[in-house]
Amino acid sequence: MTPTVLILGATSDMAVAIARRYAAGNYAIQLAARKPEQLYALQQDLHIRSGAAVTTHAFDALDFDSHHTFYHQLPVKPDVVICVFGYLGSQETGQQNWQEASRILHTNYTGAVSVLNVVAEDMAARRSGAIVGISSVAGERGRMSNYLYGSAKAGFTAYLSGLRNRLFHAGVHVMSVQPGFVYTRMTEDLTLPPLLTARPEDVAKDIFKAVIAKKNVIYTKWFWRYIMFIIRSIPEFIFKKMKL
Amino acid sequence: MRKQLSNWGNYPVLTCEESSFSQEEQLKQYVDTHDHIIARGNGRCYGDASLGEHSVSTLRYDKALLFDVETGDFECQAGMTLDQVLEITVPKGWFLPVTPGTKFITVGGAVASDVHGKNHHAEGSFSNHIIRMDVLTGKGLITCSRDNNSDLYWATCGGMGLTGIITSVRFRLKKIATAYIRQKQIKAENLDEILRLFDEHAHYTYSMAWIDCLQKGKAFGRSILIVGEHATPGELNHKQGRDPLVLPPKMKLTVPFNLPSFALNNFSVKAFNALYYGKNYKKVMEGVVPYEPFFYPLDAIHHWNRGYGRDGFVQYQFVLPIDRKEGLTAILRAISDKGWGSFLAVLKVFGKQDDLISFPMEGYTLALDFPVRKGLFPFLDELDALVLQYGGRLYLTKDARMQQEVFWKSYPNAAKFMDIVRTYNPGGKFRSVQSDRLLLTPQ
Repeated sequence: MTPTVLILGATSDMAVAIARRYAAGNYAIQLAARKPEQLYALQQDLHIRSGAAVTTHAFDALDFDSHHTFYHQLPVKPDVVICVFGYLGSQETGQQNWQEASRILHTNYTGAVSVLNVVAEDMAARRSGAIVGISSVAGERGRMSNYLYGSAKAGFTAYLSGLRNRLFHAGVHVMSVQPGFVYTRMTEDLTLPPLLTARPEDVAKDIFKAVIAKKNVIYTKWFWRYIMFIIRSIPEFIFKKMKL
Repeated sequence: MRKQLSNWGNYPVLTCEESSFSQEEQLKQYVDTHDHIIARGNGRCYGDASLGEHSVSTLRYDKALLFDVETGDFECQAGMTLDQVLEITVPKGWFLPVTPGTKFITVGGAVASDVHGKNHHAEGSFSNHIIRMDVLTGKGLITCSRDNNSDLYWATCGGMGLTGIITSVRFRLKKIATAYIRQKQIKAENLDEILRLFDEHAHYTYSMAWIDCLQKGKAFGRSILIVGEHATPGELNHKQGRDPLVLPPKMKLTVPFNLPSFALNNFSVKAFNALYYGKNYKKVMEGVVPYEPFFYPLDAIHHWNRGYGRDGFVQYQFVLPIDRKEGLTAILRAISDKGWGSFLAVLKVFGKQDDLISFPMEGYTLALDFPVRKGLFPFLDELDALVLQYGGRLYLTKDARMQQEVFWKSYPNAAKFMDIVRTYNPGGKFRSVQSDRLLLTPQ
């Protein structure tokens, strides 16, 4: 039987790359986003590329109450669920404006937890499946330039690690992805160092491979694991004086 | 965000604001709220045609929208690269109707440049194969084709993005039975022989010649003619025949950084050319090769443009009418006298074409690379004068420096083109550094 992947937050560049990678791997694909009409072109694209069955679904990360219904109304229960949505927002605005701050926190943390809780219950009951959460290296240490986003991702990383621990005993695999810089629309206004920056296709390739290999935590690109090790190792009394 | 942008020639480098879109609404909103916009695909044009105050990258607008495997009709968003098109269509037995020498350009770019390929004499340029397209003009999103809004259609083909931003294109692919090309290479001693060989091989679908433009005397214009046809399954060897529509995996080379400019000098170019000419040890060589090295020999070396050093290079491509081949001798002689040859000099014969401002016309076209250095631009102005004298013109997609008179004297339909651009791009919302330079921006 064709396995199915559900992609939550399917309009982002990373989601497009992930969907294409899974389509090439002969998965049936469920695309979920706030405005499903924006998924039409991607749906066509995936179908043309792989002949796969592709369906689209309305999903709003911030509409927590709808998550249970959303998931249980899917035509097929997915084998792999990838939580891609995220909101970088503006640190500066968020410092002064709760609306922006709460949008950052709720999209990246609460929304993800809310929907994955539902997925986790179902997969635990079925005793199979894989959950992939795209977190961020920004969650590994708070920095002045993006600690709102970073703290939400830190929460998400901790959630995933707890979920992994719990679902292991139910035969469900949970993988955390810690991307560093990636060239996407979200980052196009930042100056990124080319050698450290991945393309969405690189991230997608890494994820596809690592899910099969049942990895727990992947960094992409791989050297971010070591960069973050160094950044975490800087003593706080020095770190706080830096302007990061 | 403002950043330093340049296209494939690394010349000129300009500060532009670049943004992208992945949904039509995002683009519409951007166009409504900005001026001085020009679409930019994969940055493989050579000069300043896709640079401007606001360069809008189409690369994220790259979805396949339709592929009819019975008829070969294919539609995609304009930011899809030819590479991606081939990846989707070749395994199903369909090929691009026309392809330039790199597959790393976008479909939108192929239309805006109205690219030509090795089959121009037989199958025309890219616009010959378009069924319809959508263009976000200054008057909104308009669908056009030969029958519907045809003025917009013709001004958009080869129109360098001045009618607006091409958002999607439907075109017809070409049926193939294998992913291989049966190719034949023939050495020519000089210019007369190569032109004669072109005539003799005019029945081949694909043809082009590599020419060593540093030679003088008897070997002036020595070259290798390369012709080809899509191979039939029966022409493949056993290994190729196992999966006739799938190419074997290949190695990719890259030039990791800009080479110092002294790496390219008369000596190294001569040595390269001698090796290239010498590798064909027989007068005629035949074989069946994958389509990639046949159509895209330089794509195998990523960033080959860095071989020209930090100052960049310009590509000089001109076409002369078919009855003015003496102009070719005059121009080649001027180049060999100066001793400024390029690695890559490609000669081709174009078939008939009569578009608004598309580059091809029936005649001979030659493409040359020149690294940017002191004295180059005055020298190219001298070549321009020869091109004009012989009734030819230059390719806008590769241009970074032509003077406006040269353009206006050599493109007879330019005024007609401008009338249409004025209709669809009132006030010159869509404009590039090139269109400003050549007085192609409507006021």
